[in-house]
Amino acid sequence: MDEFLTFLTIVGQCLLVLVCLLISLAFLLYMDRKVWAAVQLRRGPNVVGPWGLLQSFADFLKFVMKEIVIPAGADRTVFLLAPMITFVLAVIAWVVIPFSEGWVISDLNVGILYLFAISSLGVYGVIMGGWAANSKYPFLGGLRSAAQMVSYEVSIGFVIVTVLLMVGSLNLSDIVLAQSSDWGLVGWYFWKQPVMFVVFFISALAETNRPPFDLPEAESELVAGYQVEYSSTPYLLFMIGEYMNIVMMCALTTILFFGGWLSPIPGLPDGALWFILKIIFFFFLFSMVKAIVPRYRYDQLMRIGWKVFLPLSLAFVVITAGVMKGFDIDPWTMTEEAHEMGRGVGLPPELDLEPVVEPEKIEAVLPSEAS
Amino acid sequence: MIQVLAFYLFAVTAVIAGVMVVFSRNPVHSVLWLIFAFFSSAGLFVMMGAEFLAMLLMIVYVGAVAVLFLFVVMMLDVDFAELRGRVAEYLPIGLAIGLVMLMQLSFGFLAWQEVDAARPAETMARGVGNAHQLGEVIYTKYVYAFQASGLILLVAMIGAIVLTLRHREGVKKQSVMSQLYRDPKEAVVMRDVKPGGSL
Repeated sequence: MDEFLTFLTIVGQCLLVLVCLLISLAFLLYMDRKVWAAVQLRRGPNVVGPWGLLQSFADFLKFVMKEIVIPAGADRTVFLLAPMITFVLAVIAWVVIPFSEGWVISDLNVGILYLFAISSLGVYGVIMGGWAANSKYPFLGGLRSAAQMVSYEVSIGFVIVTVLLMVGSLNLSDIVLAQSSDWGLVGWYFWKQPVMFVVFFISALAETNRPPFDLPEAESELVAGYQVEYSSTPYLLFMIGEYMNIVMMCALTTILFFGGWLSPIPGLPDGALWFILKIIFFFFLFSMVKAIVPRYRYDQLMRIGWKVFLPLSLAFVVITAGVMKGFDIDPWTMTEEAHEMGRGVGLPPELDLEPVVEPEKIEAVLPSEAS
Repeated sequence: MIQVLAFYLFAVTAVIAGVMVVFSRNPVHSVLWLIFAFFSSAGLFVMMGAEFLAMLLMIVYVGAVAVLFLFVVMMLDVDFAELRGRVAEYLPIGLAIGLVMLMQLSFGFLAWQEVDAARPAETMARGVGNAHQLGEVIYTKYVYAFQASGLILLVAMIGAIVLTLRHREGVKKQSVMSQLYRDPKEAVVMRDVKPGGSL
């Protein structure tokens, strides 16, 4: 019975996060279009509801009401499975995101690896959708997207490693707590790793297929890439999944470099509100990039990924590790502060006594003395 | 209760997916089933308290290796229907390989002893995660083996590059640096074209 109750609580938490996420996504979509419109001196959506606020809900209804068209030569199962996979993967990543201290569905010890694994699975929705449609443009779009996402994952991985070296833990809550300081935003990792932040942000744009790296759905070359043959609800799932991945990347940037739920101003209380504000700020940056920057050529995209970001992030992994070793800086989880918070690893520093001589060594000495 | 249910769920799906890899008619479906099998085994790893291994399995095998498989299989122009017609030719060698692997597995299983059933519990009690525990041994006790495996991978990588790199003559390439340093003063020439005349 007790187990059943825990199970129900978890299901309730998941539903709560999902509903909040979907509703906020509707308004973020609206914001995306408004920012885009404002940069181009247009009005953007302004008809449905006050200031057009309900536009996304109207779009949602329209998508759901329409007929699902499946091409005659398509692989039906895979064709319908692809958008579902994209959507589900985009949603389950939120399980490990800490909205505030303790406000997390699953405080996984390997949280950041989980996120990395889930985002590397995201490519399957795209490549399956592109293949199953049995059509030229979607197939090309799917292949482009797969190559692009695999390339940029590598540099994202190394950026994450630089942060992990400083934290000493794979837990997302630990990463945020490691950035807390008495001086508000001074402790954030943005100041320690500004270059890696830029690399991460640009890689996040490429990973989520956003402009200027939206080559998988470049409308001038591939119509809409892997989404060409999709209509109605499957298309809606693709779109929601894509936007949810973008918000996910904003949340990850916030957690890794901008102190998650921590307040930027000393004295003000920390909380989920700061986290949400930071996510909205990064989403705004994503929208601005979409509005301002022209699309890259495919070879330029690959060049940046493999010849610029990969060596740069690899060098910073070495530099970070070297500086920490050279100046004898402990990762956060091994400091006294972490142990006071109950988040430390190993023995607390004040208890870190001189190592006792290991038993094997004693035995190794004894026979020689005997002889 | 939920643990047991989850275990059987992952175990059954892993086995079914494994069988479907072999028996599905479409090679792309085979790869997709293979990915599903990886996924279920990652779930089993998590249940055993080896969450770090599970995540590595997902990132390396599902996220990278299987994507390349899928790439290759999708673009291969092989008539699989014809290959299927000649199953009888490949059956003996396939059975032989299967038998060898089954024997290896059973030897491994027979030699296997349950050293300490309470291993995951001990991990939790120490408050040290999987990743830390692995790090504690890999970088101290097994550092040479670890470095050696790294070297083997490096050699494999260089080998793959050497085997596939071809220098072709007469291929036009662009130099990014010279493109970036192009100056409008040198690149653009203003000419005054008279009506009816030409350059």
